[in-house]
Amino acid sequence: MNRSLRPLVATALIFAIAYALAVMQFPSMFSTRVLGNFLTDNAFLGIAAVGMTFVILSGGIDLSVGAVIGFTGVLVAVLISWLGLHPLLAFAIAIIVAGAFGAIMGLAIHYLQVPAFIVTLAGMFLARGGASVITRDSVPINHEFYAWISDLTIRLSGGGRLSVIGLTMVAIFIIGALLAHRTKFGSYVYALGGNPVSASLMGVPVARTTVAIYALSSILAAISGIVFSLYTSAGYPLAAVGVELDAISAVVIGGTLLTGGYGFVLGTFIGVMLLGLVQTYIIFDGTLSSWWTKIVIGILLFLFIVLQRLIFVASAPGEKTSKA
Amino acid sequence: MAETGYALEARGIVKIFGNHVALDKVDFGLRPGEVHALLGENGAGKSTLIKILTGAYQPTLGDVIVDGAPVTLNNPQHAQTYGIGTVYQEVNLLPNRSVAENLYLGHQPTWFGFVDRRKMERDARTVLARYGLDIDPSSELGAHSVAVQQIVAIARAVELSGKVLILDEPTASLDRNEVERLFDIIRDLKAQGLAVVFITHFLDQVFAIADRVTILRNGKLIDTKSLDNLTRTDVVRLMLGKDIAFSGATQLEENRPLGEVLLDFKGYGKKRSVMPFNLTIHKGEVVGVAGLLGSGRTEMARIMFGADSADEGTVSVAGKPTSISKPTDAIAHGFGFCPEDRKAEGIFGDLSVRENIVIALQGKLGWFSALTRDEQMEIAGRYGESMDIRAASLDMPIKLLSGGNQQKAILSRWLATDPTFLILDEPTRGIDVGAHAEIVRTINRLRDEGLALVVISSELDEVVAYSSRIVVMRDRELVAELNGENINPGVIVQAIANHKDGVQA
Repeated sequence: MNRSLRPLVATALIFAIAYALAVMQFPSMFSTRVLGNFLTDNAFLGIAAVGMTFVILSGGIDLSVGAVIGFTGVLVAVLISWLGLHPLLAFAIAIIVAGAFGAIMGLAIHYLQVPAFIVTLAGMFLARGGASVITRDSVPINHEFYAWISDLTIRLSGGGRLSVIGLTMVAIFIIGALLAHRTKFGSYVYALGGNPVSASLMGVPVARTTVAIYALSSILAAISGIVFSLYTSAGYPLAAVGVELDAISAVVIGGTLLTGGYGFVLGTFIGVMLLGLVQTYIIFDGTLSSWWTKIVIGILLFLFIVLQRLIFVASAPGEKTSKA
Repeated sequence: MAETGYALEARGIVKIFGNHVALDKVDFGLRPGEVHALLGENGAGKSTLIKILTGAYQPTLGDVIVDGAPVTLNNPQHAQTYGIGTVYQEVNLLPNRSVAENLYLGHQPTWFGFVDRRKMERDARTVLARYGLDIDPSSELGAHSVAVQQIVAIARAVELSGKVLILDEPTASLDRNEVERLFDIIRDLKAQGLAVVFITHFLDQVFAIADRVTILRNGKLIDTKSLDNLTRTDVVRLMLGKDIAFSGATQLEENRPLGEVLLDFKGYGKKRSVMPFNLTIHKGEVVGVAGLLGSGRTEMARIMFGADSADEGTVSVAGKPTSISKPTDAIAHGFGFCPEDRKAEGIFGDLSVRENIVIALQGKLGWFSALTRDEQMEIAGRYGESMDIRAASLDMPIKLLSGGNQQKAILSRWLATDPTFLILDEPTRGIDVGAHAEIVRTINRLRDEGLALVVISSELDEVVAYSSRIVVMRDRELVAELNGENINPGVIVQAIANHKDGVQA
């Protein structure tokens, strides 16, 4: 276990140092207001990243996440604004649709033995295309439920606010961590990431687990899409383009091995917060182009890939020649 | 049902793949409290029979009988519910998870849907103690040696099934002490009344541990016998259906004159891998390399071939100093290398036998002179025949071939490049007796044709049989070079075992 903890510790350290440096430059960054906004602004990314963590832990990848967020946003907006459904009903429909969508991708990955990359790439085009077919424009949502949710916040001392969507993300991280680390399903996910052949010989229900993983990822992407629609009060078919890549970055920066089998849900949380920190810093600075975010993410990613390489390859245990 | 007393029985099993009869009316009975060795050349039907007994395959005809009642086994998990557990040659566990989880995966104790890790680890500790393992159940499995992993695999199989344990070549990657440890465990389990099926290529081990033996040949049952009144020769004869003269331990025929010097390694080594060694290799000689696992044998082979690059010393080929820092250098000099881990480093599993054979030659020819399909077929066909590669078609994926035939194909791959120097790392590991003899014959033939060979092998009898000279590795150091009369297992063992004041012959 120790080895897989190391990237997590590294991420936590980097976050702590980066945050301390940022606070030294802009003391106002250390406030409940900024922290509350951290959670709110990154909620949709965080929720999607939880699903991505499961997918990557199992040794797969899900490129459809951003498109599913966009599709869900449009679907929810259309159901509420055009068809007059209650938002909660619209949410349920969106989650069911996304769950089925993810399950079908999982089935294709398992039964057709097609790489997850290709299947979810197809899923990405389908979802993005589907959203654009429904509408080309942004569909605003004006429903009292939306207004009510947006006003529903916990005020913290120091002017910070914990929003419903921020808390939703935190709750999903906690549930995700329990699911990954404390249930049989979680152990199956790690088993698939470790060695799918062994896993199936050991009696892991590979088909069921694979389907569940991709369904879970799509469901979380749908929740993320709902959160995004709450955040923007609209549904737009081109929303959240590339979020899957941000999610993958957050997962990897959070210490999960891209080839699967090692990692922690908590690491992803720190990864998301680290990405959020970079953005917040750039906003505070005000003179830097927001594209610097991408450069910093690129550097961080590269750093973590190197770090994992060092930890997992240099200290690879059980080498055949190390006995005798 | 009529006769009982068998924990697991297969009666009149017929298994047909397409129009190939893999098993032809095979009977197999396993008593509780016995270790039953299952022997046969590759392709004899051992693995098919095992797969039927574990539910991986369904028999075309015949019954699998558990405790006197015929059963249908749908898959290995289903077989497990009947008490049949299997441990495979390659440890099929999860190196990335804890030892405890590997023991209980899928059967973890839960508490309101959550895995009760503490109870699981406590249980694991108790179970492991029974196998003489005192390791932390929460530690990562991959951090332990292959032997420990193998024991964990056995513990899992026994915990989850508990009546029949099928061991499919469990000792293939263990060294002597580890094998002993494994055997102690098997004896314990046997004393507890478990029925154990033991599959191996090592006859010594069969005689050391098994009570009875069942021999298959070409899908037919030859015999099931008690080992008490069988000799090794009997067993081999039954397996092969003919007498083969074991060339083991014969004195080297004549003292052949040494050919000219082909290779000269001086102070050649790599830090943290192999200490600098001096070795001169002549044309037309076989240099045997002996030593325990981990003694630096493979590392030496790798730096000779440039798979790892040496960081000190010099090498000259045919008198001219040169450098071999990558395999392409080595191949340009006419070297060939058959690695130890055939599956991972030798074959291209999904490519055909033909492609596997021509690939090194193509690599040598370069990008711009592709071999036509006809040329490929011609080359592959030639070696397929001369090496006696048994494949239904040379266009079938090589991974479907048995280990012995894969090894012959890899040898053919290098022979096609018309090499001057071949390095064979454990060329006979995990292959059946027939293919074994074929490979030993090939080594002798190549030597007579003037090739220089370096052959690494753990089987002393075998090294002795074909080597003109033997170098002994110990602790990553070349410690002795044996010639003439000193080439016998006794001296080698002494050289391996001795410390510092080793025999310098």
